[in-house]
Amino acid sequence: MTAGDPLHVRVRDIVELAPSLKRFSFEPAHGGLFPTPPAGGHVMLTLRDGARVMKNAYSLVSAPMERARYDIIVRLVAQSRGGSAFLHRKVMPGDVLEMASPVSLFPLAATARKHLLIGGGIGITPMLSFLPELKARGARFELHQLAGGEEAAVFERLLAPYAAGEEIRVHGGGRAAFDLAGLLSRQPLGTHVYVCGPHTLMDAVTGTATALGWPRGKIHKESFGGAGGGLPFRAILKRSGIEVEVGETQSLLEAIEAAGVDAPCLCRGGACGECMTPVIEGEVDHRDDFLSAEEKAGGRLVMTCVSRARGPRLVLDL
Amino acid sequence: MTLQFKPAETFRDTFTYRKSPEDILRFPFPFPEDAYMYSVNIEPHVRGGPTAAFQAAFDIDEHYIAECRERERVLKEDPKRCQVLPHMLAAEWDSLELIMESLAQDYPEHFSLTRAGDLWTWVNRPLNIHQSFTFGKVETLPCGPFEYITRQAQGDFTLQDQRDDNLYVDGGMVTTQADWSLEFDIGMSFHEWHGPVPLAHEKGVFDRALKYLLRLQYGQPVRRLNWTMTVNPRLDTSPENYPVWGPDKASVTPENVADKVHLRVELQTLYRLPRSNAILFGIRCYLTSVADIARVPKWRRRLHRVLRDLHPDIAAYKGLPRFRQMVVDHLAPLDDGAPTSRGIAPDTDVLAG
Repeated sequence: MTAGDPLHVRVRDIVELAPSLKRFSFEPAHGGLFPTPPAGGHVMLTLRDGARVMKNAYSLVSAPMERARYDIIVRLVAQSRGGSAFLHRKVMPGDVLEMASPVSLFPLAATARKHLLIGGGIGITPMLSFLPELKARGARFELHQLAGGEEAAVFERLLAPYAAGEEIRVHGGGRAAFDLAGLLSRQPLGTHVYVCGPHTLMDAVTGTATALGWPRGKIHKESFGGAGGGLPFRAILKRSGIEVEVGETQSLLEAIEAAGVDAPCLCRGGACGECMTPVIEGEVDHRDDFLSAEEKAGGRLVMTCVSRARGPRLVLDL
Repeated sequence: MTLQFKPAETFRDTFTYRKSPEDILRFPFPFPEDAYMYSVNIEPHVRGGPTAAFQAAFDIDEHYIAECRERERVLKEDPKRCQVLPHMLAAEWDSLELIMESLAQDYPEHFSLTRAGDLWTWVNRPLNIHQSFTFGKVETLPCGPFEYITRQAQGDFTLQDQRDDNLYVDGGMVTTQADWSLEFDIGMSFHEWHGPVPLAHEKGVFDRALKYLLRLQYGQPVRRLNWTMTVNPRLDTSPENYPVWGPDKASVTPENVADKVHLRVELQTLYRLPRSNAILFGIRCYLTSVADIARVPKWRRRLHRVLRDLHPDIAAYKGLPRFRQMVVDHLAPLDDGAPTSRGIAPDTDVLAG
């Protein structure tokens, strides 16, 4: 009840940390405080560049106690899909953007005896959210940050507030000089490892740790989650005599509700079975936990809250 | 509406607990239809709902002060009703923050929270508490942060840690429970602590509920209703105290059944917490006698039909066999057979009788 709805945020300031790195600070556009930022959490920004709408996820780098502002760090990617270039070049202080409430899919493990943090490049961002929380817990940790040439000095500066008396190292010498296997081998039992960075680094950490016998539950990779949505499609509600367009980021249930049809639903997460609806025509992309494998294969039922069409249209007995 | 607290009412011995007409009508009646079976009956916990009990994140009613005093008595007799494993300290602070903020937002006339950085001041007017403390510093509170705030909230709470794709009940404040023990369950995984429930495992209810809860998102709490029946308005029906309340079941007669037997409803809420990623599980208990339920025509019809047709395994698990038939016999003449509307709303704002 404290979050969940989209937030409207005003750009408070933009700081250039390096030619390709900018830190954006946001404040609630309508005053008040933000929800407590979750450790390792991220937000989704909706960026409108003319008619083009982009949704980009960014890790929050704010400490949990900081509620007046949310900070993100954005790297300008050479072949940007558009989001980071838009933020770097077009967004100005005072602009108001739409931001989804923070989500955490990269949390700290409560039972870890020690936390080993490995960041690669811009993968430093969730580490910056972990550090104040680990400090607040008095937890034992060690951080290794890989950096390209120009980034090393910037990362040193960002990590400096947490560095006193801690094992924090920035590696500017590239991946080849970073002894990952040695680092993982010398960790005490009960250590959890967290990695964020390029896929090659995340795969290397996962692969090396697994080969060394680390349990799966002690290896954590940054994730912004799978896409909840999918390709748009058209749903035809036969009994209601209505056709609805289901958008990329919209669920079938939301599209039906938006059309004013009072469709059954309860949990909105594919578990309770309440929104089960008969399918007359069309193939279903099942994403629920309610239907059995046989029912899914049968293709006669769809859970509208999470499942979608696998194709351009779905005809429902609704 | 201003709450008229009833600080002197009791939930044991003299049982002076009574409900005002408003309090009866805000009861979260647990049956949306005329039959009951286990299901994953979870929905988003958003403000507003079929009765006034759903208007706040953490509901406070006229029994608030008396329930906090009852909790204090239970804890004095048995301090192990509140336990939190050491790795849940971040979740304790998360819980304190969430409950204090929610109470202050929902009930500004009763609670307030002011913050200057880490220095917080909490005011609880009904309990006459004024506490300044440093967030994150346990030594600045009279007890652990989870115990501190749950002593000032109605209903039980547990803390679930999420690890290895499972949930573990690694802490709790449990003094108003329907015959389960935190001391016994602490540290158990999701399927372990639900082990005793009949029928639902076979239906896959717990597999689906666990998957759903592992995905529970911060800022998007969910809720469900659970129910049982209790003889006398007794909050503490714990296994530890079974010798105290077990014999009550034998005291029910056809003459006293309507006043003695209470429908016990748990408004259960689940919140993902930000620092710890743990889940705070609220188990808010409401007691309403069969006599009070009978004052709402829809509810008495439905309670009659549900109890009459209840699966015997569920009746046995909930401990109803000794008095179920007496409740059914009492309600049968009050059920005119008229159809009932879907959902739990009372469909009236005046009580009969």
